[in-house]
Amino acid sequence: MMIDVCIFSTSLNFLLDPLSHEFMRRALMVSALVGGVCGLLSCYLTLKGWALMGDAVSHAVMPGVVVAYALGLPFSIGAFVFGVGSVALIGFVKQKSRIKEDTVIGLVFTGFFALGIVLVSKIKSNIDLMHILFGSPLGISVSDVRHTLAISAIVVSLLFIFRRDLMLYCFDPTHAQSIGINTIFLHYLLLSVLSLSAVVGLQTVGIILVVAMLITPGATAYLLTDRFDRMTFLAILSSSLSSVIGVYISFWFDIETGGSIVLVQTFLFLIAFLFAPRYGIFKVRKSPS
Amino acid sequence: MINSARFANQNDPLRIEAKEICVDYNGTVALYDASLNLGSGCICGLVGMNGAGKSTLFKALMGFVRPSRGTICINGVSVRRAQKDQAVAYVPQNEGVDCSFPVSVWDVVMMGRYGSMNLLRMPRESDRQAVFHALERVELVELQERPISALSGGQRKRAFLARAIAQRASVLLLDEPFAGVDVRTEKLMSDLFLQFKNEGRTILISTHDLSHVRDFCDLVVLINKTVLAYGETSKVFTQENIINTFGGMPPNLLSGPTTTEGYR
Ligand SMILES: Nc1ncnc2c1ncn2[C@@H]1O[C@H](COP(=O)(O)OP(=O)(O)OP(=O)(O)O)[C@@H](O)[C@H]1O
Ligand SMILES: [Mg+2]
Repeated sequence: MMIDVCIFSTSLNFLLDPLSHEFMRRALMVSALVGGVCGLLSCYLTLKGWALMGDAVSHAVMPGVVVAYALGLPFSIGAFVFGVGSVALIGFVKQKSRIKEDTVIGLVFTGFFALGIVLVSKIKSNIDLMHILFGSPLGISVSDVRHTLAISAIVVSLLFIFRRDLMLYCFDPTHAQSIGINTIFLHYLLLSVLSLSAVVGLQTVGIILVVAMLITPGATAYLLTDRFDRMTFLAILSSSLSSVIGVYISFWFDIETGGSIVLVQTFLFLIAFLFAPRYGIFKVRKSPS
Repeated sequence: MINSARFANQNDPLRIEAKEICVDYNGTVALYDASLNLGSGCICGLVGMNGAGKSTLFKALMGFVRPSRGTICINGVSVRRAQKDQAVAYVPQNEGVDCSFPVSVWDVVMMGRYGSMNLLRMPRESDRQAVFHALERVELVELQERPISALSGGQRKRAFLARAIAQRASVLLLDEPFAGVDVRTEKLMSDLFLQFKNEGRTILISTHDLSHVRDFCDLVVLINKTVLAYGETSKVFTQENIINTFGGMPPNLLSGPTTTEGYR
């Protein structure tokens, strides 16, 4: 009994101690929030088959972030402009040439990303390239927190208001159009939300890994359920949870935070992949015939 | 040969009015000078060879391909407007949907109601009833909880038909609804269409089974890149016109067996 309590309180201390640091409280809150936002969006991206698009947009926002910093603008605006701009460019090049879409996507986003890296090295400012590339939730500032809160609120409310329309758009755009829903608006809505999410995502895991936040939770949840609403719930849950666990692990073992968050997410995916009730490799229970 | 009979109440705007439409895919003509007028309360069969432009005509009527020439009105207004008013339901030949999408049959049929709901698409009691009735009509009530990935091809076809029914549109455009369904469902569907006709709705159906045309279509449109013949089935659906439509091949189907007798 005594030992039980002892173990319990030690492990509790293990969890609570980090919370005495202001920076840890902030990092945990921001990471959980960002995880939830990206997790929600990831459902739409995985179902629409936009994983590569997510990768492209998240890389393409890089020059936008740099330019916005240099001009003293909120960096979400720069990211938004370059994110949507890159997609428009992808659409244009695809339409005007005979090159296949995935090639065009790869071509455009690496171009944008390279531009971003060149700009960082040329514009003398206090931007730390490493922070953009790998994220730094433990060093996040109060103004960044406010910023993240605002963008997250916008993204979540848009996704909430249009959740049914977006689901229909991902599932059957033909039907959406035939009942008078504006699918072009939904297309650009999803892209705008993707650009904004890439901005908040890069705060915690950085540009290189943000695509993981935008697809892994959705893929994990997809293996666990056949209902869309449950899938969004599971994606948000697994994504927030992995962000929190990832931040703790990075604190305890002093490792890169972005990497540890994504590793936890990948680990959760692996568990679902192996043991999901119906779609796992080792089905835990027999699927009903 | 071209028969431009109009079957409409004189004071009613035409349900479907297509005037001399031309459609091309990057320069290849798929349809030219196709005109079609359909009034309320009729079933019109659309017949033609593979590649004759049947699906293209449907897509043009739905605004999915833009005609290079000609005008289309549905219920006397533009296609866009009619779609916003939930006046037209469309079931394509191949559902271009991802069938592993995590939605149930019920969810799919509910999508037919979205256009009549508020911005948040919260279903009201009337929407639930419409969905339930649509499921009843295609006999899918027992499977309503199933994810669509767990349906057979024919059941899936019925689910998408139910979605169009739930929409309660006055114009139904059905591209080969009978392809790949069993005789029982075929009978169920043709009964359903006759019922819709009596409710004053207009149904355009493309089919490769010529006996369907004789059994329950009031009107028939024979096409091969353009409207070859159009009018009342009894007048237009002749051996000569059919041979013409199928490029000189005598299909020998007019004397073939009918599946169901006594519809008309
Ligand atoms: N997306 C497209 N791009 C280019 N050509 C097309 C396209 N869709 C159809 N076509 C061409 O247009 C013509 C008409 O096609 P359509 O699909 O309307 O035929 P259909 O009458 O529906 O035939 P089926 O009985 O096989 O369904 C065909 O010659 C086809 O090759
Ligand atoms: Mg066709």
